Amino acid sequence: MPWDRNQMAARAAAELEDGMYVNLGIGIPTLVANYVGDKDITLQSENGMLGMGPFPYEGEEDPDLINAGKQTITELPKTAYFDSATSFGMIRGGKIAAAVLGAMEVAENGDLANWMIPGKLVKGMGGAMDLVAGVGRVIVVMDHTNKHGESKVLKECTLPLTGKGVVDLIITNLGVLKVAEGGLEIVELAPEVSEAEMRAATEATIV
Amino acid sequence: MKKVYASAAEALDGLLFDGMLIAAGGFGLCGIPELLIEAIKEAGTKDLTFASNNAGVDDFGIGKLLTTRQVKKMISSYVGENKEFMRQYLGGELELEFNPQGTLAERMRAGGCGIPGFYTKTGVGTVIADGKEHKDFDGETYIMEKGIFADLSIVKAWKADTTGNAIFRKTARNFNPPAAMCGKVCVMEVEEIVEPGELDPDHIHLPGIYVHRIIKGDHEKRIEQRTTRQKEDV
Repeated sequence: MPWDRNQMAARAAAELEDGMYVNLGIGIPTLVANYVGDKDITLQSENGMLGMGPFPYEGEEDPDLINAGKQTITELPKTAYFDSATSFGMIRGGKIAAAVLGAMEVAENGDLANWMIPGKLVKGMGGAMDLVAGVGRVIVVMDHTNKHGESKVLKECTLPLTGKGVVDLIITNLGVLKVAEGGLEIVELAPEVSEAEMRAATEATIV
Repeated sequence: MKKVYASAAEALDGLLFDGMLIAAGGFGLCGIPELLIEAIKEAGTKDLTFASNNAGVDDFGIGKLLTTRQVKKMISSYVGENKEFMRQYLGGELELEFNPQGTLAERMRAGGCGIPGFYTKTGVGTVIADGKEHKDFDGETYIMEKGIFADLSIVKAWKADTTGNAIFRKTARNFNPPAAMCGKVCVMEVEEIVEPGELDPDHIHLPGIYVHRIIKGDHEKRIEQRTTRQKEDV
């Protein structure tokens, strides 16, 4: 059985180490917070917060307290707030250990595309370009194929890039791939997913 | 010098002109200068360029000024939730300069600090780097980005004293301090104005030197995505 969203998030959480400052993107990456267990992980929200807490209880939402996905959240005893320039100073300055992000496409050389489809979908890069350029380790979590069944793990990205050669690890519903010399290395396969299935669903070179 | 004005319209009096560049604070709908945006709508100023992370939503924030077609160009990092923004951009009716979020924040901060340009790794190897100066430092390639020097800054703070010393609340701080710093004139709307001495000088987030005009008003403070969790049964 390939992994579901929560299992992918749990697998990404296993990559995080005690004491890390981590930035989680929107979508499946947000779920990673549910699986860090006893590890002391401090979540950064790039709109200006370290120490992001869970969603508020109903009736306790505060319009002045949101995450980078514009969702209402809460603070923790260790929380600190700061402005956007300071926030991206710590990102650009390499103080954030890891970022977990979604993607539209990833290439075998670590190129990442996740911000626009020309002529169709214009979302904007938000903080993703700064994050992939600045953080210690970039972990992509996404479905292995798109809704047409085509591989999202490619030899070369076709969409405008978010970053060049920035991805370290790719976690999909089929397993875990590491960006290495000459292509991608299979680190792990999801339960009951064969290496042949992984290779068939991957356009990129697997070494 | 008197900095406190009675209304948003009065605080903007004499500052607005067609074709101007305005830097605005806020992230999504959080910490946006909603009263000043409304006053710019009422003033009818046209061909505006906004440096602002987002453009609000269709009927709130800068989205209001898109609807009235007062905006010629946006300098932003994210437009995802604004349908009218996307429609006008894809239809070629609105210019859009995408800036990575941290680059935008630093461009504002730099402008406010008298720094005309800086180098960053962000965007190297992407379309953002097209046409920009590339320079290597210790074997790494960086691109040059320019400081933003705005004609006007509009920002929102939580509390300010009458000299403009300001305190923000939680994540509503976001782009407000850098946006405030990069304008020739900065107009700030706040929820509460207090006398000098009532704010702890050690707790000021933005010193009053950056703030020229202040208004107090009632804020709607709309929530874009209300997410909650259930209380566990005891």
